[in-house]
Amino acid sequence: MFGLGVLKGMMVTLRNFLGSYFSKERLTTVQFPEERIPEKERFRNFPFLVYDKTPEDPRCVSCDICAKECPPKCITIVRDSDSAGKPLKRPKSFDIDFSICMNCGICEEVCPFDAIFMDHEFELAQYGRFEDLNYHKEKLLKSNDYFKKIRPTDAARIDQKRAAKAPKA
Amino acid sequence: MEHTLSEPTPTLDTQMLEVNLGPQHPSTHGVFRMNVTLDGETIVKLKPVMGYLHRNHEKLAENMTWLASMPFTDRLDYICSMTNNFAYALAVEKLAGLEVPERAQYIRVIVAELTRLVNHTLLIGFLLNDLGAFFTPILYAFREREKILDLFETISGSRMMCNFFRFGGVKQDVTEDFIPRAKDIIQRYPKFLDEFEQLLTTNEILMARCQNVGILSKELAVASGISGPMLRATGVPYDIRKVDHYSIYDRFAFRVPIGAMGDVYDRYFVRILEMRESIKILEQAVREIPEGDFLSAKGAAGAKAPRTFKPPKGDVYGRIEAPKGELGFYLVSDGSPKPYRYHVRPPSFINLTVLEDMTLGHKVADAVAILGSIDIVLGEVDR
Repeated sequence: MFGLGVLKGMMVTLRNFLGSYFSKERLTTVQFPEERIPEKERFRNFPFLVYDKTPEDPRCVSCDICAKECPPKCITIVRDSDSAGKPLKRPKSFDIDFSICMNCGICEEVCPFDAIFMDHEFELAQYGRFEDLNYHKEKLLKSNDYFKKIRPTDAARIDQKRAAKAPKA
Repeated sequence: MEHTLSEPTPTLDTQMLEVNLGPQHPSTHGVFRMNVTLDGETIVKLKPVMGYLHRNHEKLAENMTWLASMPFTDRLDYICSMTNNFAYALAVEKLAGLEVPERAQYIRVIVAELTRLVNHTLLIGFLLNDLGAFFTPILYAFREREKILDLFETISGSRMMCNFFRFGGVKQDVTEDFIPRAKDIIQRYPKFLDEFEQLLTTNEILMARCQNVGILSKELAVASGISGPMLRATGVPYDIRKVDHYSIYDRFAFRVPIGAMGDVYDRYFVRILEMRESIKILEQAVREIPEGDFLSAKGAAGAKAPRTFKPPKGDVYGRIEAPKGELGFYLVSDGSPKPYRYHVRPPSFINLTVLEDMTLGHKVADAVAILGSIDIVLGEVDR
């Protein structure tokens, strides 16, 4: 019969419409700002820097590997030096331009000092186009406790690795 | 190619109308322009204009390490990043002679076939959108796609820009809940496909709009280098998974669905059947996946220090059956950490070349449907 196919299709839409009131299978959306889907542990957005005790003493030794390997080249690092001009193993400035970063996670993979990791923070809208999205060291540095909170499995693995490698002091 | 224009009637002075479809047209799936010459509503000439989304992918890749262009391949065909990664990883592994551990092979096949489900489901939704069934089929498609993308996010960290493959394996091992969740999706998917088919396959409106529209002949398809579901819809049983047996596809039993007419409806239906075959592959793969390494030792070293990864001199062409067709990477290495030449053979770009031949003589509304059935993603067309 001509038109049967359309009717059958209508039945499907009706089933989906009515089903959306009863079945989680058919209504998978949530009311976003109030209700949120739990974050996945491996979710990656923009990178952040980890410090162990104080923000003045970050894990980063400004080796520049992440800046070199970053595919869109969004990381700029300047090495710190002491008053005599001798270079120190810490960054003077560490900038990541979030308007360029493409969240690939390669910096995290190549970092030999486990200093840079991908964050879960994603509500980062800004009014300014350039400087507001260029994150400096102060804003990027976050504690290891924060890292443990957002990515417990990875943090535990990294802590174990670092403890095994720690110099006998 | 010569196209005869219909003779204007002697009494009435008529003229051809040139219409720009796009670049900002919702039915062009991105920024794609069709310069259409119309006689009334009938298309007498169609010229595709592309390049609006050109991002210099190939030259960028030639100026960075082999690994660093992996995240850029995600952005070729941004609907199926996993298969793009797969093709690139496969080509580089062939060049460098890397072995891939067993478990990684299975993970790769599982994610690639899930990507095929994502792509075909989404394409059918969009095709219906182009035909005027606004947002009902596509939202059903999005709902199912999101379940798979959630799974991708769990294992790789990102829904669409997965960046999950590494040379010699995958970036991370899959999480413990991956296999049970994949099994769950695979088990439910046929039910969704049945419902989708009930909505669409015998629908008279869809049949009237799609059957005998945009017919592509077998000869033209083969001569133009068409690949993927578009070629199979014309009746040529050519599937690179069967021809090349790349990765571990020779271990799975699946069939290659082909069409008869090569019209829009066949292209729609071949994709539905292909999804059912993908589910068969997935069922076998999640059952047989072994324990073991997810990345070979050499691959892990290359991922940790990309600058030390230097494939030997030579060139290679690696290809896979991406959801849209044959996705190939032609790579030339001069022994340095950067590729000397990096070329992508994108399926949607080459499938687009027969657009004019398929649309001539049809109405302008059909051109939209035909374009939708080709399955293009402009990120891949323009690169």
